[in-house]
Amino acid sequence: MSETIRAAWVIARRDFAAIIFSKAFFFFLLGPLFPVALGLAAGGLTQQVTREIAQPVVAVVMAEDDAEAIKVAHATLVEQLGERRLPGIETVAPDGSGQAQIDALLGDQQSEMGKLDAVLSGSLAAPALTAPPNFVQRWQGQLSLLTDYARSGRVETGPPLDVRAVADSSGQQQQQQRLTAQLGQGLLFLLTMLLAGMVLSNLVEEKTNKIIEILAAAIPIDSIFLGKLFAMLAMALIGISVWMVFIVGGITLFGDGLPQLPTPAVGWPLFLLLGFLYFAMAYLLLGSLFLGIGALATTVREVQTLSMPVTMAQVLVFFLAAYSVTKTGEMIEWAAVLFPLSSPFAMLARAAQDGNIWQHGLALVWQIVWAFLIIRFGAGIFRRNVMKSGPTTKKAGFFAAFGRS
Amino acid sequence: MSDYAIEAHGLVKNFDDVRAVDGIDLTVPKGSILGILGPNGAGKTTTLRMLLGIIDPDEGGCRLLGCERPLDAAHDVGYLPEERGLYPAMKAFDAIAFMGALRGLSIAEGRKRARVLLDDAGLGHAAEKEVRMLSKGMAQTVQLLGTIVHRPKLIVLDEPFSGLDALNQAKLERLIRSQAEAGVTVIFSTHVIAHAERLCEDVAIIAGGRIPFSGKVSEARDRLRPQVRLETRSLKGEWRSAIPSNCEPEGHFWHFTLPETGVEPLLKALVEGDAGVQSLAIERPGLHDAFVAIAGEAAAAQMDQPEGEGA
Repeated sequence: MSETIRAAWVIARRDFAAIIFSKAFFFFLLGPLFPVALGLAAGGLTQQVTREIAQPVVAVVMAEDDAEAIKVAHATLVEQLGERRLPGIETVAPDGSGQAQIDALLGDQQSEMGKLDAVLSGSLAAPALTAPPNFVQRWQGQLSLLTDYARSGRVETGPPLDVRAVADSSGQQQQQQRLTAQLGQGLLFLLTMLLAGMVLSNLVEEKTNKIIEILAAAIPIDSIFLGKLFAMLAMALIGISVWMVFIVGGITLFGDGLPQLPTPAVGWPLFLLLGFLYFAMAYLLLGSLFLGIGALATTVREVQTLSMPVTMAQVLVFFLAAYSVTKTGEMIEWAAVLFPLSSPFAMLARAAQDGNIWQHGLALVWQIVWAFLIIRFGAGIFRRNVMKSGPTTKKAGFFAAFGRS
Repeated sequence: MSDYAIEAHGLVKNFDDVRAVDGIDLTVPKGSILGILGPNGAGKTTTLRMLLGIIDPDEGGCRLLGCERPLDAAHDVGYLPEERGLYPAMKAFDAIAFMGALRGLSIAEGRKRARVLLDDAGLGHAAEKEVRMLSKGMAQTVQLLGTIVHRPKLIVLDEPFSGLDALNQAKLERLIRSQAEAGVTVIFSTHVIAHAERLCEDVAIIAGGRIPFSGKVSEARDRLRPQVRLETRSLKGEWRSAIPSNCEPEGHFWHFTLPETGVEPLLKALVEGDAGVQSLAIERPGLHDAFVAIAGEAAAAQMDQPEGEGA
């Protein structure tokens, strides 16, 4: 075992240095920051556009008293509910033409009031709304509330609600921790998907450069797999650290500060530690599987062909874990916890929702055992199919492996 | 402790329905230079891979430097595969140190030794160059130095002369000799008989996945009787009875195997029979002739080609 670890260290050090000191690594670090920056820019723009165009405007075509009552009621409700909870209003004096005026208002593209979405007409005693169906569906209730307020004349608010704040409630806590679980899982999945897939092509370099035979003659195949996995894991952790620094720094400097996320059941420090450990395990489990699969590919083209099904498999695993977030303790959640590839995701969700700590120790041991088994299995398949070492040695290559009896 | 660097018994390897190696027995004494001779596809590379534990035999087994599992002896073995390979972005001295590290040498010590080896090989100026910047010959030398940097007890070279120019071939021959003089066991495969003839005391001839001969080069040559090359003025006469009956002249030239009776009766018959001897040469067979006799004409026809791939 010590020789396996020593040899794995030799491989890991070579791979790590080769990656870190390559120019491509710089772009690897920068890569994810582009969509983040684009996302932030696009988000700000969208927010601005939404502010500008999303607020509908209703023309109030009523007698002066009624229109004034509507205006006062609108101002009061906006104050209490917020500006975006009600459409804007513009008062228009009735010209006596009835429906013709309404049609003209809705059809006028050059109105000084801007384009109108609907017309509130009639009187407070018998208000009428003329609007497209989707507007009616969205705003009918609010406009009814508005006319009721205006009609009752109770534009003054009653006694203020006596608010008695408590730290938390069980329902709220569960909801919030579920949110933390989902966010944690999502982040874990995103990082794993971005990084674990890279190991698919990890042995292609050795095969292309014909170094694999030198390695196989000198050290166990398990060491090659293990070394490559840990080198890629170290590279991934460096990448994540850099991205985190940029993101946290960017939000702190240019945003409204870090968002207040609900506290997970095990507390933030332990949750973050478990997040780190479960990322490592998810990476090792998926990475060892992908390395084993990718090692069978004989060409870059085969690796590329394998990328899609591998990504889909990752998504399926994530779906299993994500579905189980709201099913704590149920059969499906236990399945997600026990199935090695979804286990890190499911256990991170548990860390957010369940304060028991011992279970994470067991889960980590369970996942390490499976990572070890997958590495051994992958190395065995590699020896048999690629190094042609074994009793059934037909043509090499990933797809040839499926043709074996 | 065994006196043999390699002891292999009954090695068999099949690929699909093809039997690449068919029951090979091979023992290699420590400190010797063994040449494995055979045409392309004879099973040389497969045999070497099985000896080193890169692939498992379907049948049979072997001991490498006394170890049942070849990888247990990996720190004392150096291997140069037929398909040369180095990481292109590595510097030359790092590539050598890395290959040493695979075999248990510390990186620091490997780098130190790599610089010395490169200097000795006249490549000191290339130590800091990336492998991709080296010529093919230089890269092959770097890989060869990586094979010996950890000072192995056994060196296995698969077609080491392939792709080298005459100058580098001579350098490699010198290096093999110097390693052998230092007590290292060297095994190399080749399809160029001349290399084996110059370097080896022992050869194993491999053909069709079998080893029909393994032993001293002189033993292989002694399997054949000397060859007679004769030019006569006359083509007829009593002296013809001294020449094998199935030998026909090409013009006035005769080529035949020296009869069991030896040289003297032949000479007497030629002189007394007035054959008009213009020239006479009695040659001891070379390794090539021995190879033809042992492995057959078909196998021999594929040998002595300048470049090629093994099986």
